[in-house]
Amino acid sequence: MAIITYREALNQALREEMRRDPRVFLMGEEVALYQGAYKVSQGLLEEFGSKRVIDTPISEAGFTGVGIGAAMVGLRPIVEMMTFNFALVAIDQIVNQAAKILYMSGGQYNVPLVIRGPGGPAHQLAAQHSQSMESYFYHVPGLKIVRPGTPKDAKGLLKSAIRDDDPVIFIESELLYGTKGEVPDGEYTIPFGVGEIKREGRDVTIVAYSTMLLLALQVAEELEKEGISAEVVDPRTLRPLDTEIIIESVKKTNHAVVMESGAGFAGIATVIGAIISEQAFDYLDAPVERVTGANAPTPYAKNLERAKAPSKERVIAAVKKVLAI
Amino acid sequence: MAISVVMPRLSDTMEEGKILRWLKQEGDRIEVGDIIAEIQTDKADIEMEAFGSGTLRTILIGAGESAPVGRLIGVIAEEDEDISTLLPPVMGLAVQSASPTRPGAPALTPPILQTVASGRVKASPLAKRLAREQGIDLSMVSGSGPGGRVIRRDLAAPIPSAAAVGQRAPSTSTAPPAAKRAVAVASPTPSVGFEDRDLSPMRRAIAKRVAQSMATVPHFYLTVEVAMDKATELRESIQAQTSDLKVTFTDIIIKAVAIALERHPAVNTSFVGEQIRVYSQVNIGIAVALEEGLISPVLRDCSRKSLAQIARETKGLIERARAQKLRPEEYSGGTFTLSNLGMYEIEEFTAIINPPEAAILAIGRIQSKPVIVDGGVQIGQRMRMTLSCDHRAVDGMTGAIFLQEVKRLLEHPLDLVL
Repeated sequence: MAIITYREALNQALREEMRRDPRVFLMGEEVALYQGAYKVSQGLLEEFGSKRVIDTPISEAGFTGVGIGAAMVGLRPIVEMMTFNFALVAIDQIVNQAAKILYMSGGQYNVPLVIRGPGGPAHQLAAQHSQSMESYFYHVPGLKIVRPGTPKDAKGLLKSAIRDDDPVIFIESELLYGTKGEVPDGEYTIPFGVGEIKREGRDVTIVAYSTMLLLALQVAEELEKEGISAEVVDPRTLRPLDTEIIIESVKKTNHAVVMESGAGFAGIATVIGAIISEQAFDYLDAPVERVTGANAPTPYAKNLERAKAPSKERVIAAVKKVLAI
Repeated sequence: MAISVVMPRLSDTMEEGKILRWLKQEGDRIEVGDIIAEIQTDKADIEMEAFGSGTLRTILIGAGESAPVGRLIGVIAEEDEDISTLLPPVMGLAVQSASPTRPGAPALTPPILQTVASGRVKASPLAKRLAREQGIDLSMVSGSGPGGRVIRRDLAAPIPSAAAVGQRAPSTSTAPPAAKRAVAVASPTPSVGFEDRDLSPMRRAIAKRVAQSMATVPHFYLTVEVAMDKATELRESIQAQTSDLKVTFTDIIIKAVAIALERHPAVNTSFVGEQIRVYSQVNIGIAVALEEGLISPVLRDCSRKSLAQIARETKGLIERARAQKLRPEEYSGGTFTLSNLGMYEIEEFTAIINPPEAAILAIGRIQSKPVIVDGGVQIGQRMRMTLSCDHRAVDGMTGAIFLQEVKRLLEHPLDLVL
């Protein structure tokens, strides 16, 4: 197994899928000549040419619409959002077109479109560019939402996203592009709706994905020193959501902490918390605890940004709260 | 800041307490840690400390009166502080002072007590499910979770309890109630005089606990006869050697049981829902009859103690139990219970298991009997003992092998002192 960065893993997935299927093409701002704002599309223009790696104007609604149209007539477009916050400009295309066409055409048209790019808070990107955009999309029936946290998952899930026949919202993270991890050699995909236990434990289940996964694993390490055994469950895809892996883990540990980097209120942690309460009620020894970003715009100032984000200390406090210690 | 003084929960099974006496009077200055009252619980008489400083402004429950756990029994506050918000509505008006009210002033009541006061037991869904499965009455468990919520670990701890039924000594001083009841049962017409006596806290705890054990723990019983000739000789020779150490048959049996439990840990267990908890320590409870009922002080880590140590500690525990001066840690945490009615000439009996323990051993009297040895009749010292087992945790053979080991040890008592 090779150890590569998250960025390289995505690049491999794009390259392999573009080689495998001539219908796959990539478009977005700066994806071609500049090789991507975060260099995810490095080398693709050179290999696949300007018909399949296309620089667009700054017009998210426009090029997302182009992608939807292309998908409807048989191509498999990948639309890159330079940051997922820009998808707000294209939200009508995504929510009212991409997500609805299969249903409203009575199954005549499907939209095999991937919209991908970085999202969630990173470092000092300020209020408009630090949002956890999955929250805006998982509410919408017809969209699949993927949030990989490791290079292996990023590659396997992006390949599945490209092969999927429905619109997929695939959100990466500026903070993850440089992280490294083992990636299987050769061809592999990871199915949607299958979470993974990233660390086994006994006392408490921590549900976390994307950047929060890394924080959860650090916390678990820390807790281990105090004799607390935390199980870290990564759902990987939020829609479809692998509820079974979460419920089974909570049935084992009887305690749950759900993490989310977004603004908390009505966020994915809330949804997962509710599912646990509904499906594992008789197994809970304490109310499910959520650790999320504060429900406030993300400040630009470093210290304030840190105060808004979930921290190691807050997760540890939440774990101790559910364990009543 | 005003402090509510509430009836504390001083044992796991305590539901109400009686104020024996107040050591401070209204108007007295109180410092944190001062002993302010003596409280009688279902287990013992315990001194109550103040959690804060101030003046004892009012006493709501006088000496000799009882109050449920969590009930406000007094208020400590500064002299000019308004305490009306802490008092029951009617009282509040009566004591209201001229000073401005502080509606926000929180009472420093330990959260654990507040929950009990409300009458509803807070428990996590998991704790409720496990309690249901194990037949545990949650109102008898004190919660260590937030706000006094009962959580899983509170069910895991061995709950101190009154032990076996049938252990109650036929003491002359407590005989009358039984007689009265007999009259009442025989002729239910109210015109035939009878007296309904209020349950003491201990009686209530025993009643609840044995009913719960009998109803939910599937008991089975194994009886064995033991030749006590050598154990009797051993005891006599110890007595002849030392004047300051008195070793009882109970002590000898405790030692034998401790060794046997260590060798057969499957009996030193608890059935806890989806698991069998195997204890790493042997803590033997000894049922002690009291005027009011009974209590089982617990001798800890018996398997590591010599017979002499056991004899000394047991003596102290039993004395403190009779004086109702046991500390909570001295009657909790048992993993097995022993009940001996031999001194009352009982030949054999069956005892009720003390949950969550998995077994209890009931000891009958030692009597001289004709026994056949090598084809001839001799006089032997024989004792019958009956093991009650929780079949969910212990099977017949497991119990039998354990009991066989206890028998063997008692019949070869040198193993007990070596």
